[in-house]
Amino acid sequence: MKPAPFVYHAPTSLGAALMLKAEHGDEAKFLAGGQSLIPAMNFRIANPALLVDVNKLAALDYIHVVAGELRIGALTRVQRLEHDPLVRAHWPLLPETVPHIAHPQIRNRSTVGGSLAHADPAAELPVILTALGGRLRLQSSTGERWVGADDFFVSLFTTAIATDEMLVEVAIPAAPARTGTAFMEVARRHGDYAMLGVAVVVTLDAAGACSAARLIFLNAGDRPMNAQRAAAALLGQLPGSAAIEAAASSATEELEPMGSVHATPAYQRHLARVLARRALRLAVQRAN
Amino acid sequence: MQRETMPETHLIQTTVNGQAYERHTEARQLLSDFLRHDLGLSGLHVGCEQGACGACTILFDGQPVRACLMLAVQADGHALLTVESLGTPDKLNVLQSAFWEKHGLQCGYCTAGILMTLTAFLQDNPTPTEHAVRTALSGNLCRCTGYQNIVAAALLAAEQMQPVDSTPQP
Ligand SMILES: Cc1cc2nc3c(=O)[nH]c(=O)nc-3n(C[C@H](O)[C@H](O)[C@H](O)COP(=O)(O)OP(=O)(O)OC[C@H]3O[C@@H](n4cnc5c(N)ncnc54)[C@H](O)[C@@H]3O)c2cc1C
Ligand code: FES
Ligand code: FES
Repeated sequence: MKPAPFVYHAPTSLGAALMLKAEHGDEAKFLAGGQSLIPAMNFRIANPALLVDVNKLAALDYIHVVAGELRIGALTRVQRLEHDPLVRAHWPLLPETVPHIAHPQIRNRSTVGGSLAHADPAAELPVILTALGGRLRLQSSTGERWVGADDFFVSLFTTAIATDEMLVEVAIPAAPARTGTAFMEVARRHGDYAMLGVAVVVTLDAAGACSAARLIFLNAGDRPMNAQRAAAALLGQLPGSAAIEAAASSATEELEPMGSVHATPAYQRHLARVLARRALRLAVQRAN
Repeated sequence: MQRETMPETHLIQTTVNGQAYERHTEARQLLSDFLRHDLGLSGLHVGCEQGACGACTILFDGQPVRACLMLAVQADGHALLTVESLGTPDKLNVLQSAFWEKHGLQCGYCTAGILMTLTAFLQDNPTPTEHAVRTALSGNLCRCTGYQNIVAAALLAAEQMQPVDSTPQP
């Protein structure tokens, strides 16, 4: 229950951190909040030869808005998302979700970048970022690129981040007018990873019909799972009970949850239907 | 890269419970072990070493964190508080007395972590509801008490901290 020996560096500039990663590749790991990496090292599931502690890169700890788009630095602690006034006012899905992520003591350390880079299919932030159509900025010692959330999450604990890259920033677009969002999950205990969850984003047109919809499920596959047929079923519909029920049924059919010791796939499917129905109802109400 | 055969050590400067320390620590030493073994602050307990139980909760620059999920080297340049920073056996602080009064502990294994969680919580929420106290405690496991008396103790402490003494609890 103790980490194996490693070499420790805590660079004070992003450039130095990226150089170390470029030089040492897969042997090196970034240490952000450490709330997933340190337990894995304590169990010796992870045995990096070199740790690049990025906690001194204070310049990557920020929340601001650029041309209507929310920008979050990778080192921003998850807890900050719950109380930031800008985020609360314009991206309420984030503060609504944060209390479901672990416990305050863990959120005080865990970072937005670490949570996304870790890419646990049961984690909340990857699902939220996907639902809100976010983008991620990846930087290496030789350049940078932006990747959309839909392409970033590849599979179980696997992302589009290349060996020499670091996730440095996340961008979330402003929501169109008459957009409502909601997040719901069912966990065995408050703060546990959920058995299943869903983030829903619904936009209505002037006539009240659904002009855009997204339903992204948590712990329903090897990455944030996009129920595209369910969303398509809502388009152009007045989102009353019948349309919502049809979409929820469609989601249940298109998902293939893997099941766990806590929940069978059949139970997860049941949760998908119930949570999709409730979250859609709430999102539509909020959009109105 | 060649894996080090000799333990890699770092010199760190940290302030714990108001006292400055300068120590060598092995890179892989957990902060919880550093506080217990190197500084002798054995009030801090270690339950799970995977972030699940909360027994090792300390205040890191004023915020509650898991000491078992941090490295000792990361304490360099920071200020930490452990349960030893609260009252003494002869003179318990308000929160500790409330635990005494309300029978908020049995075996006591979880208590140090819970006291540190509640110390930060009551500073930020001086007049909490019972629900808020329960939510604040969600990251601390107790196998003995069933939590009722811990919640009662937290509420009593909040009441007693009002408004007579508005200075933050140590
Ligand atoms: C008891 C407990 C309960 C938890 N419950 C939940 C929960 O309910 N929901 C949830 O979502 N999470 C939960 N977590 C996980 C927690 O939120 C993690 O902290 C988070 O997933 C990882 O963030 P971190 O900053 O701590 O990353 P770290 O642990 O530091 O790193 C995780 C991984 O990402 C890599 N990495 C970190 N930052 C970057 C970067 N900027 N660029 C590239 N790679 C990077 C690291 O090298 C490492 O491989 C829980 C953790 C614990 C201990
Ligand atoms: S010992 Fe740190 S959380 Fe259990
Ligand atoms: S008093 Fe025994 S674990 Fe809490």
